[in-house]
Amino acid sequence: MPVLTLRAARIPLVALTAGALLAGCAGMGGGGSGGKTINVLMVNNPQMMDLQKLTAKHFTKETGIRVNFTVLPENDVRDKISQDFANQAGQYDVATISNFEVPFYARNDWLLPLDDRVAKDRAFDQKDILPPMRQSLTADDGRLYAQPFYGESSFLMYRKDVFAEKHLTMPERPTWQQVADLAAKADGARNGMKGICLRGLPGWGELMAPLTTVANTFGGTWFSKDWKAQLTSPGFAKATKFYVDLVRKHGEAGAAQSGFAECLNNLTQGKSAMWYDATSAAGSLEAADSPVKGKIGYVQAPVVKTKSSGWLYTWAWGIQKATRTPDNAWKFVRWASSKKYETLVGKTFGWANVPAGKRASTYADPDYRKAAGTFSEVTRKAITSARPRDPGVQQRPTIGIQFVDIPEFSDLGTKVAQEISAAIAGKQSVDEALKKSQKLAERVGEEYRDE
Amino acid sequence: MSNPTTAAPVRGPRPPAAATATRRSPEIPRNRAREWATRAPLMPALIFLIVVTQLPFAATLVISFFDWNAFRPERREFTGLDNYRTVASDEGLRESILTTVLLTATVVIVSVVLGLLLALLLDRRFRGRGLVRTMLIAPFLLVPVASALLWKHALYNPEYGLFNGVLTWLGGPQPDWISDMPLLAVEMSLVWQWTPFMMLILLAGLQSRPLDMIEAARLDGAGNWQIFRYLTLPHLRRYLELGTLLGSIYIVQNFDAVFTLTRGGLDTANLPYTIYETFYNAHEYGLASAAGVLVVIGTIVIATFALRVVSSLFREEVSRA
Repeated sequence: MPVLTLRAARIPLVALTAGALLAGCAGMGGGGSGGKTINVLMVNNPQMMDLQKLTAKHFTKETGIRVNFTVLPENDVRDKISQDFANQAGQYDVATISNFEVPFYARNDWLLPLDDRVAKDRAFDQKDILPPMRQSLTADDGRLYAQPFYGESSFLMYRKDVFAEKHLTMPERPTWQQVADLAAKADGARNGMKGICLRGLPGWGELMAPLTTVANTFGGTWFSKDWKAQLTSPGFAKATKFYVDLVRKHGEAGAAQSGFAECLNNLTQGKSAMWYDATSAAGSLEAADSPVKGKIGYVQAPVVKTKSSGWLYTWAWGIQKATRTPDNAWKFVRWASSKKYETLVGKTFGWANVPAGKRASTYADPDYRKAAGTFSEVTRKAITSARPRDPGVQQRPTIGIQFVDIPEFSDLGTKVAQEISAAIAGKQSVDEALKKSQKLAERVGEEYRDE
Repeated sequence: MSNPTTAAPVRGPRPPAAATATRRSPEIPRNRAREWATRAPLMPALIFLIVVTQLPFAATLVISFFDWNAFRPERREFTGLDNYRTVASDEGLRESILTTVLLTATVVIVSVVLGLLLALLLDRRFRGRGLVRTMLIAPFLLVPVASALLWKHALYNPEYGLFNGVLTWLGGPQPDWISDMPLLAVEMSLVWQWTPFMMLILLAGLQSRPLDMIEAARLDGAGNWQIFRYLTLPHLRRYLELGTLLGSIYIVQNFDAVFTLTRGGLDTANLPYTIYETFYNAHEYGLASAAGVLVVIGTIVIATFALRVVSSLFREEVSRA
């Protein structure tokens, strides 16, 4: 056996760590698309996967434009888009961006304004796009920078059968206090069933989304108009205490690790009587193989001081400013966000899979209404009554309902969510959690106050 | 670490060039040519290795000296060691270093002890030994993220998990496993994954024991415990060191368990998870790179020890041959 001086083996070890770190730093440059091809970068959600299946057969056949898709999970997609768009490398012509990114992407001058194209394009029918959607994809300069592919708000879901058994009535537009009372009464209605499921998993897109909508309607806000952090102010503190108390008393077990997926599990398994979350959850609850299909009732997001409190989120198509083929890119966007495409999905994959939540005409379509009967109207109402510019009782420095529209929010929101999640787990008091969070928020606010 | 065996004469083929380059001999040119003839075919592989491994690391190093937020590319600037200062002074990052040390040490020590017990059991002959061994190795073959999901949903979940199901059946309490003992929950799932790895290494060690020595000890009237204490354990020392070091290197880098079970909440965020958050959530490329470089340096320190142990093992094998 030879003697091995294993010094060389150190290299792969070091490399493994470095390689893992840098996996996200690759993909600089690269050729853009020319002629009749466009490159699209998108998130790997089911609606996008459907689109990928339909593109060659329909879009390419009609227009002769070939589409190269790059599909990644949400975190990686955000990262890759900011890489490519920041350098204006032009590697991707079109990308899926959410209404969280649009305002500051536009401020960075990374996106192509779409107003002129939309105005010229009668067939696309921009007026059909729901107003809050249009508003949330419009930047501070008043120009439109993206077209929605599908959208969602939030609402309250509850077990109609359990409520009937227990002689409980759910109001059409419940207040949070009513919901807390109902949760107490429905708690234990069936063996192992808790009153309500609310997210407690740390993350700006997990716990922080529903909690921020609760804070809005309790009269709280992250920042005042002049960027003073408000996390320890009465509105925000009261809302957080209410949320934490409710989930600790009548919420699911293991709440500090429960996100969207876990609550969906709890509801389908009959472990929760109510759930406040995304309107898109209804599709899974009403799926053919769901054990609670037809047993769920849907009402507007609970309120306290505001008229509505549902959030607003959309995955939308943005065109990179540096694209070499803006016309072809627009052709793709107008096709993917069109009425015609929705009908195509309905006929091919079933009406429940339509990328809904963006057009008024979707909710007027009899086929869609039949498939999504119980929740379609409540969803439409939730989205149309959302007010991204004015979601609370005071003026805000940025647009956004369940988030503050600044790049720092993903980090800040996640760190604050970790503190509040610890309060849900009983590791610290809500006051302690908010005190730490306020410090974090102040640091971010200061940067903006100086600008 | 002492190396009693380094003095042993080395036989076998000539050691590689690195060892001989220092030796001055009159026929250097011819030797050089011959050495290069042996090296040449390896060059493409070496160059490839450097391109795919060292260049990215060099890039990480460079990036770590910049203040670079992905959403504010226009403000990218060279800041020297600022990022390293931030990493050293940031409370969250400091806590995550402590968490990493605690998590790694606990998992490694517990896995080694359990692995040793299992290896001693498997070292005996009994019917169905092969099957038991295969079953014991299974957890190590699972994809880490799948294992973490299994623990989160199938075992820990207080609503429909196996643990609380069994407790209900026994009429016991219903703990909320991950919330009540977050770090312990992560550690348990990792111990389950890494015990088989330790067991395999130690089993290999056990099976290479010189049995004649044990026979002799038995004839001299040594009991089981004495044999274990004075013969087996000293023989296993190297293997224990190897398992500990390799385990440490891998577990320091563990990301899946923390990400899946707790999302870094409840003070369970370890360094890899914190780096991930810094990179993907805060979009602070400079800071994430600086933290990454520090992890790499830490890993190199551990790895150096590990490789020393491994090479001393090899030398021992050679001297025995």
